[in-house]
Formats: sequence, structure tokens, C-alpha cells
Amino acid sequence: MNRPIRVLIAKPGLDGHDRGAKVIARALRDAGMEVIYTGLRQTPEQIVAAAVQEDVDVVGMSLLSGAHNYLFPKVVELLREQGVNDVLILGGGIIPEEDIPGLKEAGIDEIFTPGTSISKMIEFIKNNLKR
Amino acid sequence: MFDKEKLSQIKEERQKWEEGLLAKTLSKTPESKEEFKSGSGSEVKRLYTPEDIEDIDYLRDIGFPGQYPFTRGYQPTMYRGRPWTMRMYAGFATAEESNERYKYLVSQGSTGLSVAFDLPTQIGYDSDHPLAQGEVGKVGVAIDSLKDMEILFDGIPLDKVSTSMTINAPAAVLLAMYIAVAEKQGVSPDKLRGTVQNDILKEYIARGTYIFPTEPSMRLITNIFEYCSKYVPNWNTISISGYHIREAGSTAAQEVGFTLADGIAYVEAAIKAGLDVDTFAPRLSFFFNSHNDLLEEVAKFRAARRLWARIMKERFKAKNEKSMMLKFHTQTAGCTLTAQQPDNNIIRVAMQALAAVLGGTQSLHTNSRDEALALPTTESVTIALRTQQILANETGVTNTIDPLAGSYYVEAKTKEIEDKAMEYITKIDELGGAARAIDLGYIQKEISDAAYKYQMEIETKERIVVGVNKYQVEEEAPKGLLKVDPAVAEMQKQKLNEVKAKRNNAAVEEKLKALKKACEGTENLMPYILDAVREYATLGEICGVMREIFGEYQQSVSI
Repeated sequence: MNRPIRVLIAKPGLDGHDRGAKVIARALRDAGMEVIYTGLRQTPEQIVAAAVQEDVDVVGMSLLSGAHNYLFPKVVELLREQGVNDVLILGGGIIPEEDIPGLKEAGIDEIFTPGTSISKMIEFIKNNLKR
Repeated sequence: MFDKEKLSQIKEERQKWEEGLLAKTLSKTPESKEEFKSGSGSEVKRLYTPEDIEDIDYLRDIGFPGQYPFTRGYQPTMYRGRPWTMRMYAGFATAEESNERYKYLVSQGSTGLSVAFDLPTQIGYDSDHPLAQGEVGKVGVAIDSLKDMEILFDGIPLDKVSTSMTINAPAAVLLAMYIAVAEKQGVSPDKLRGTVQNDILKEYIARGTYIFPTEPSMRLITNIFEYCSKYVPNWNTISISGYHIREAGSTAAQEVGFTLADGIAYVEAAIKAGLDVDTFAPRLSFFFNSHNDLLEEVAKFRAARRLWARIMKERFKAKNEKSMMLKFHTQTAGCTLTAQQPDNNIIRVAMQALAAVLGGTQSLHTNSRDEALALPTTESVTIALRTQQILANETGVTNTIDPLAGSYYVEAKTKEIEDKAMEYITKIDELGGAARAIDLGYIQKEISDAAYKYQMEIETKERIVVGVNKYQVEEEAPKGLLKVDPAVAEMQKQKLNEVKAKRNNAAVEEKLKALKKACEGTENLMPYILDAVREYATLGEICGVMREIFGEYQQSVSI
């Protein structure tokens, strides 16, 4: 792959906590990736439309409101409906450990919880791209 | 504070000490770091002496508690009179469940209520709105109509408690519901005590639960100021919040600077709307964060008090001393809590709470140990409340007022934060005020730069977070976290349908129509909202009418 890794950082739902999303967007950009940040209050439909339009390799969603069990799988479902199967899908935020298996089963590739180091996250992305 | 002769003696002796004993010690055992920095990243010197506060004049800059410039506290007896209000922010799931938690907190010695609303409520959507899916009852209680509010305060006499409501864009609606519940309890509005957050500018900056564009939002805010000054005189009409600005990653000085800049914008808007500064300014209140660096935080609270007093007196020519007093609520810093070794958070919270008390807070919320993982359990909340009770009853820090005053370091730091905050305010004035600075993205950019720097320091271990980048252990995932039952959303929808079936729908329509017309004009909207609320018009319906006329705020996105 010659082009830089393209990443969509998205804030699904009504949650306004964007410190983490912004820090990660910037860190990934500083690591040489092309990053698109959606801003707040994105519906799953808007996130999927942006992912398709921007032809991203990675979708990273950040959510601290507790609505992850509904919103994260919804995004995966809509991506699949669009025939998108080769995008790495990541989630982060206040996600209780016990919710993680269910989210992975729903097609989220990895969940990063508070305290994860950014260098680890970058390494994970580089090693797990699907295309 | 010292005469010239004494100061020059001190200077001479200090130089001797540095060149002699200190130099000798450093040559044998150097210090652990080249540079020492505060939690906010500003330089901290090895030692502070009278030289560092030589420009400070006790009577002009420090003074006495309850007197201008209020550096030592807003009230003359402080905690010797009574301790701060122990106000635990709570709310989740349905009004019924939250009501139970409030009653529990009051039974355990909590002295004020603080209502957390779920996101659909905060953004003016009913529980059956498509955008509410997955969010109902998650970060707070869901309120769709007066019916929910009646349940929320069932059995709680509203003339006896003070209630803080974290509500911003639809603050007028929730305040109207509160007034209507009080009416039903036979409590007149002039007996009500409490606060609505009602601070839209920091929603644009950092917290994100905005609805309307700046101009109609400022109108709603000043409508509340005006209405309450007449009918709900003991109500704090706004809580101008630095808390979320700090949570978003700002430094201590930015927290003060940006918050007070927002405060200036509200005062200007109200004056522009024709209100006299001394009619509404005494009911303005503030909300700050208490972060990790204990002494820096104490200095921050003191600096905020002094700077606001000066702004109100000098810039706005307030005459009533109450207009100059900055009174504030504090919450310990949620962003400092770690998911790793969560019991350590109890200690962090205790230190942060201590800073708030040493800084003279009027009320305090202490976070629970499990909040980096989920909403807190009852057990965790109890520990957090007990932390405050131990501070108030056992540590002795309440015995004397502003005990850190006169510390060379704390006084120098207070001055430093005041000066830096004033620099931000000046810069924001040059840009055209807080609302304009937000539209330009200036404030957001300053905060996200500071947040990024903070995170990178953790990455490089320049900043240590115990359990996260040092002293880590393998640990099992914590068990017994609070979980909101997904059935809550269905229950809430059902209740909403029942309300809509039972109420007088013709009356609702009429009141909404009247509100719409008022929105198009320039009248105070509070009476119209109150009329609609009394007929059980829903929050979503009322905000829907306002959305139609006012439109919605568009966020400027940058990273």
C-alpha cells in the first residue's frame, strides 16, 4: 500500500465528550495517517456515508455515554449493508469489560478502554489493516 | 507586604544560601529533574520567598473574607458557620429509580440534590425520538414531561432542599417543570433554592449539549435571569462552568480565563437586554474543576474569586458587593480517574476534594472510584460522600478560613493564575468576546492543544499516572458495575404515550402555538414555557417549536 492509512474518527450518538477523539485524531495524524474527524452527534448513517465517501481503511468510534451497545453494532451493520467488509472497525471510551465480547461478536475489531497508550493503538492499526 | 529594607536583606540571604549551601548540595546530589512543573505545566520554582510576593498588597489583593476582592472567601465565617453543601450529582434510568437514589443520598447526609439528565433530555428530544435510541436513561434520568418531574421529586419537599440541575440548552423548560412541581406541592417559586447550569457557551466549547444558535440561546439565558429576578429570587440562574473546559484538557489558568470570559459575555448580554447589573449579578454562580495539583488548584480558586470581583467592580461598575462575589460549586476531576486499579481513585478524589475545601468552595461533588468504568454504584457513591464528611468532620481544615493564604507559593501562584487568565480574557476581548472566539474556534483550539500536550506527556512518561504508566499490575476486570436496564427506554416511551393520551391535547396545542408566536417576537419566553409545561406539553414538543423558529447550532470542527 503506497498511500497513507486513512482513518475516520467518529462521534456517534449524542455524547459530547470529544477530548479523546480529538487527541487520537491528532496523534494518528502525527503518526502519518490521513485523519478525518466527523465532529459530534453523528448518526450511524452519517458515519457510514462518510466512511464510504472518504474510502477509509479504519473507522474509530469514541463514545462515553453508554450507548455503545446500540450504536457501534449499528454502524457495522450499515457498513455491511453497503458491502464494506475490509475496513478495520475500532471503538473506544467508557466501555465496561463485560460488554466487549458482545461488541466483538457484532463485528467491532477492537475496543480500547481508558488508559490505553496511543503508541499501542497505532501499532494495532498498522498490524491489523484489512486491505 | 514587606518593607524594602527587609526585602533586600532577604534577597541577600537568599543569594548567599543559593551560592553556598544549595550549590554545595546540588553539586553532590542533583535534583531528580531539571525542571519542575505544575499539573498545568507551568514552571514551579524550588523555593518561594517574600520576594515572590513583593508586589502583593495585603489590603488591596488579599483582604478579608466576605469583603472585596473576596480572595479569602465569599463569606465572613466560611466553614465555621456551616460546611459546604455536599451535593452529589446523580441520576440515571427512570425518574422512579433516580428518586430512590436522591432519597438515599439525603438519608446519608447529602445536603443538596444535583440532577443528572440523560442526553436526549439535555438536547431536547423525547425518549421516543430516533436520535434518542440507545441513550435513554444512560448518563442521567430521562425527563419527557412534567409527569416525570413529579415522580423525580416525589416525597422531596422542594422548600426544604436546594436542587442543582445540570441542564443547559433546555434549561428554561426544566426550570419551568421544577416550578410547576413546586406549585403542585404548594410551594411558591420564591421559596425555591437551587441552580440551573444554563451555560450554553461552554456547551459550544467543551460539553456538546447545545441545541440553538448563539443568539436565541443567549436570549433564553437572559430570559431566565429576568424571570427569576422577579419570581424566583433565591434561584441561581446560571452556573458558569469551567469544569467541562478543564475536563476537555485545559490548564488551570485557561479554566479561569475562559470561564470568566463566558461570564463576561452573559453579563454583557443581560445588560444589553436592559437589565441592571445589580439585579441579576448576585444570582450568578460558577462551577469549577478540582484537579490533581493541590496547591495550584487552591490558588486557582482564589484567583478566580479575586479576578471576578475586579471585573464586576471595574468593568461592569457593579455597586452591590453581592454582584462581585464569585460563589462556586466544585467537582473533582473526572478525567483524572483511571480504569486501572480503580480503588486508587478514592485517594485522588480525596486530595482533589481537599483542594476544593482549601480553596473555599460553596458546594462539592466528589466522584466515585468506578467512574472511569461506568456510572457509580451506590457503594462507591457512599465512599465518595464519606470522603467529604471526613474532610468536614475530622481533618480540621474547616477551623480557620483560607488557611493557605500568606504561603509565598500559594500567593505567588494565585497572582500568576490571575494574570494569565486576564491575558486570555484580553485576547478574547480583542477577538470580539467569548461567543465570537468560540465561532472562530480559538478557545477550542487552545484547549485541544493543552489536552494533546497532556496526553503526550503521559505517553512519554514525563507525566506519571499511577497504575497507568507506572506501578501497573495485571488485574481482573472489576465486577458489579452499575448497568442501566435497556428496558428503561421502552418503559419511558410507554409513560410518554400515556401522558399524551391523558392530557388535554387541544390545550397543549394552543400553548405551543402561543410559545411559537412568542419565539418570533422579543418577549420573555419563560411564562409561555411554563404554560405549556403545566399542560404536560413534552420537552421534545417545546424544544421542537423553538428549533423550528430558532434553528440549530452548527459546531465548528477542528482537530
